[in-house]
Amino acid sequence: MSSSPSNDAATRAAEGRIQERYRTERLFQAAGVAAIGFALFALLALLVSITYQSSSALSHTYVELEVELDADTVDPRGDGSPESLAAGGYSRPLRNALRARFPEVSGRKNKRRLNALLSDGAEYQLRDAVLADPGLVGQTASFVLPMSDDVDLLLKGDIDRNVAESDRKLTDLQIEWVDALVADGAVSHEWNTGFLTNGDSREPELAGMQGAIRGSLLTLLVTLLLSFPVGVAAAVYLEEFAPRNRFTDLVEVNINNLAAVPSIIFGLLGLAVFLNVFGMPRGAPIVGGIVLALMTLPTIIIAGRAALLAVPPSIREAALGVGASPTQAVLHHVLPQALPGILTGTIIGMARALGETAPLLMIGMVAFIADLPSGLSDPSTVLPVQIFLWNDAPERAFVARTSLGIVVLLGFLVAMNAAAVWVRSRFETRY
Amino acid sequence: MTGLLWLLLPLLAALGWSVGRARARALAGDPSDAGSRIELHSLPGHYGQFVLIWAALPPLAVLVLATVFGGALVDGWVASQIEASGLLDGSKSAEQVLVEVRAGLALLEGEGASLVHVQASDALARVEGTLDLAVVGAFAVAAAAGLYFSRRRITIALRARNHVERALHIALLFSSVVAVLTTIGIVVSLFFEAMRFFQLVSPAEFFFSTEWSPQTALRSDQVGSSGAFGAVPVFAGTLLITAIAMSIAGPVGLMAAIHLAFYASESARSWIKPLLEVIAGIPTVVWGSFAALTLGPQVRVLGEALGLQVASESALAAGVTMGVMIIPFVSSLSDDALNAVPRSLREGSLAMGATESETIRKVMVPAALPGIVGAFLLAVSRAIGETMIVVMAAGLAANMTANPFEAVTTVTVQIVTLLTGDQEFDSAKTLAAFALGLTLFFVTLALNLVALRVVRTFREEYE
Repeated sequence: MSSSPSNDAATRAAEGRIQERYRTERLFQAAGVAAIGFALFALLALLVSITYQSSSALSHTYVELEVELDADTVDPRGDGSPESLAAGGYSRPLRNALRARFPEVSGRKNKRRLNALLSDGAEYQLRDAVLADPGLVGQTASFVLPMSDDVDLLLKGDIDRNVAESDRKLTDLQIEWVDALVADGAVSHEWNTGFLTNGDSREPELAGMQGAIRGSLLTLLVTLLLSFPVGVAAAVYLEEFAPRNRFTDLVEVNINNLAAVPSIIFGLLGLAVFLNVFGMPRGAPIVGGIVLALMTLPTIIIAGRAALLAVPPSIREAALGVGASPTQAVLHHVLPQALPGILTGTIIGMARALGETAPLLMIGMVAFIADLPSGLSDPSTVLPVQIFLWNDAPERAFVARTSLGIVVLLGFLVAMNAAAVWVRSRFETRY
Repeated sequence: MTGLLWLLLPLLAALGWSVGRARARALAGDPSDAGSRIELHSLPGHYGQFVLIWAALPPLAVLVLATVFGGALVDGWVASQIEASGLLDGSKSAEQVLVEVRAGLALLEGEGASLVHVQASDALARVEGTLDLAVVGAFAVAAAAGLYFSRRRITIALRARNHVERALHIALLFSSVVAVLTTIGIVVSLFFEAMRFFQLVSPAEFFFSTEWSPQTALRSDQVGSSGAFGAVPVFAGTLLITAIAMSIAGPVGLMAAIHLAFYASESARSWIKPLLEVIAGIPTVVWGSFAALTLGPQVRVLGEALGLQVASESALAAGVTMGVMIIPFVSSLSDDALNAVPRSLREGSLAMGATESETIRKVMVPAALPGIVGAFLLAVSRAIGETMIVVMAAGLAANMTANPFEAVTTVTVQIVTLLTGDQEFDSAKTLAAFALGLTLFFVTLALNLVALRVVRTFREEYE
């Protein structure tokens, strides 16, 4: 059987079209893979860059110095009492110790540069050591003291030695001294434990997250105490008791819209109402907690309603059938069944509140606060705001602190989400 | 002082509960003696709850009222006493003196502190003492009266459960109204502050003028003393960054949703979807830091390699990061919309010989279009309201430009900048933030409502 030439051409054209269509198909599929790849690559880039940048803040550079604790300087009253020791001067012994190590240094400028190798926190650390052991007064002992952030960066390779002297933070002479100390074996790297135990500081090597962690805990406590009961009550009302009428519709539409309102608007509400009308304290966890509670409320209500809806009607009917009132049926039987789902939603809402920054900037939680907050109305800061503040700080060493702060924040979030998953898998009943 | 009263509340509640229950038990008589036993309407616990409500709620109301209005009351009272003292020399108002006293000026001997401060400090202590006493008194009276009268009301005729349940329903109803009150609070507070702004700056200037420099000078003879409040460049900057973000999130999110819905295997889907959700779960301050510290410098290097002028806080870095952040919004909502299209449409198309991609492009996506459009609108609303990424990575300069390598500013950046400095609350500068906030609120609200409407109205019904 022979085919005509024109038929052949048509077949070839058709085959060509099919090939073309298949190629489009492959391209389309590749585009989908590329899209997912792009999104996951961005996530990976974020995590890798943060981990990489944070690594240099994990440790800090310390130097071991022979410090002579001259009794007249550190114990001005001479009675060895804690008050006297706390009032003593500790920077002079440090200066003398450095001078003794580098006797060849002369001139005010160079001496000041030499002193700048040590962190400003070194004298406080020395004071704490003396307060802990007053027997050190009048003796010469060796102390391991923190060096300045610039020295730390230099030894971690973040300050380029080949750059012109005027373009870097450390002079050639200072680098020489540091190298001499390193050659002596006096320099060591130790874990930056202060990062979790110190409050905020202008000095990168002294800055820590303890204040922000406490502020976050206090704020979240207020948020939880307000949003959980109110959210659960609202969910129970809307799902179990509310009559189907205009008003209920209004409340429902309103809750859905509230969930999509930009978070900064809640901050404006807090500023205009809680700070200016009610005169509540600026930057206090109580105000931050209220604002975040209003923001979290829709999340909890929506999660709560979904959890209540998932409880089968048979539970309700059985309770009513044995004589429980509608309220008893809901409180004693339906709500306990729905609680795991509600808790999961609450934890996720809390995690979102923990990461929220913008509304808290509006109510003044953005100030530099070195003290640890101890009450609900103390000015304080929270983890994400601390990250924001460090991100803006001019010192180079704060880049690593910012990233390490992010690691801490993400650690809290992972823990909370893991808790939500655990609650769901452990307590949820499936019907 | 009032802090202690807050701690007393739970004790009071426990007391009320046990008193009510004991009273009900006594009424019901000895359970072992069937003859003297009276069947009460409700369980003893209900009577306990009945007394609990009456014993704890009135004192709670006293405390809430004192907390909310106490400060203003004290201020007004002390201010009137300062004025009555006749010590004011006209240089300061009574309110200013009060603020200084609160700041501890009266304790500092010498400069600044004067007789009026000492007097005011005394008056403040006196008034606060009086108010504390009044609160404690009102608290005690309210608690005692509630406890006494509610206990007396417990008789055989009292249907305690009905009372308790009604109170509970009112509490539940009130809780669900909190969300409505929040919305009303937002609208009212933004509206009032914005109205005060529009008394200083005309709405026409705000919405149509192209000059934005809100820095009002301290002295009238300085340059730019009046400040300019034409918000068009701010809106334009917001649009530019949103457009950049959507040009990333739109295609990537949609293609990711299509791949997940039609091509990915069940196992791939089960780990890709949660990973995409992680992107949305990462706090925006983290993405902002990424944009500012990592992506921003890279964009600059890239732009300079191409011979372009790149601002250090370019719109591109902020826009791209924001785009990545909202990918999950687009993808998960589009995924839902695509999955809602009946299988029969897809199978019919495939059976007619269309390839998978032709089916998707010509059948599935058009059928799911309302849902996809809704997803895009919600993502746009999200991008407009997003704050931290732009605060950290976009600039402050209000440039009118479409060049993504230049620095632009956005509505949210301006709100943050205007309100985080130290300034008086009533200046045009701070009020401008509320006008911007009101605009932002209504634009995002409109987008959300339109998105819902699009999804509802244009959804194709197949059943």
